[in-house]
Amino acid sequence: MKLTRWQRPELATWPAFGRLTDLRDEIDRLFDTPLSELARTSQLLSGWTQALDLHEDRDNITVEMELPGMKKEDIDISLHNGSLSISGERKSEEKYEKAEVYRAERFVGRFQRTVTLPAPVALDKVKAQYKDGVLTVTLPKTEEAKPKQIDVQVS
Amino acid sequence: MKATVENRPVSDRPRPEEYVTPEVNIFETRDEYVVEAEMPGVDKDGLEITLEGNEITITGHRKPAQAKGSPILRERQTVDFRRVFELDPAIDTARISAKMEQGLLTLALPKSERVKPRKITVD
Repeated sequence: MKLTRWQRPELATWPAFGRLTDLRDEIDRLFDTPLSELARTSQLLSGWTQALDLHEDRDNITVEMELPGMKKEDIDISLHNGSLSISGERKSEEKYEKAEVYRAERFVGRFQRTVTLPAPVALDKVKAQYKDGVLTVTLPKTEEAKPKQIDVQVS
Repeated sequence: MKATVENRPVSDRPRPEEYVTPEVNIFETRDEYVVEAEMPGVDKDGLEITLEGNEITITGHRKPAQAKGSPILRERQTVDFRRVFELDPAIDTARISAKMEQGLLTLALPKSERVKPRKITVD
């Protein structure tokens, strides 16, 4: 058994002060660095953004998602309870496994994104297209969901 | 490829010029450097690669979006992509090649023959 010198317990029971100072440093750092720079280093912001647009017109709902450099087969689209899910996996290229890596900003791994659709859609008429790294899903609305025009006879 | 932005008359220039930085991977193998840049929504015709001195600039012009009704979610950027890289003097600039596939630009920057590691046989 080792005999250690007695220490004032207060020192050990107030770790929160230390953590608060860390937090302040962290916040200082956050404001000093441009956010785009931080996104490259911070774990929190380094995930894949997969920017998504959703448009609605009279007949269709159109979803566009940026998925550059994927294979068509690696993208999955599913519809469930009025939600559209787009998922997939991007694998790292074996070709460059032995190469020296200077920058690795591109996302590798699994991703999933789900959006709630603003109107019911006709499941059997949904179409998807993958072009120039953008996935476009066209979802025609059901007849009931389309806005209707009623002609009023003016006499 | 289109004319570079710099060559256009001043009045034609869109102001202010804003760009987003494409995410890149850079590799070095024995024979070449490889740059992969993500530019979703850019096709071969919208791509512009310029070489000036020891700098290579990649610019990706997005196609103007077609009207698809009223927007509910809008996360995609509309400004063009641009990024500049400084080149290793060992790169043979005459042999640089580019490939565009599903919004992913792959630039192959081969090293010139004289800098490649080689074996010298002794007679």
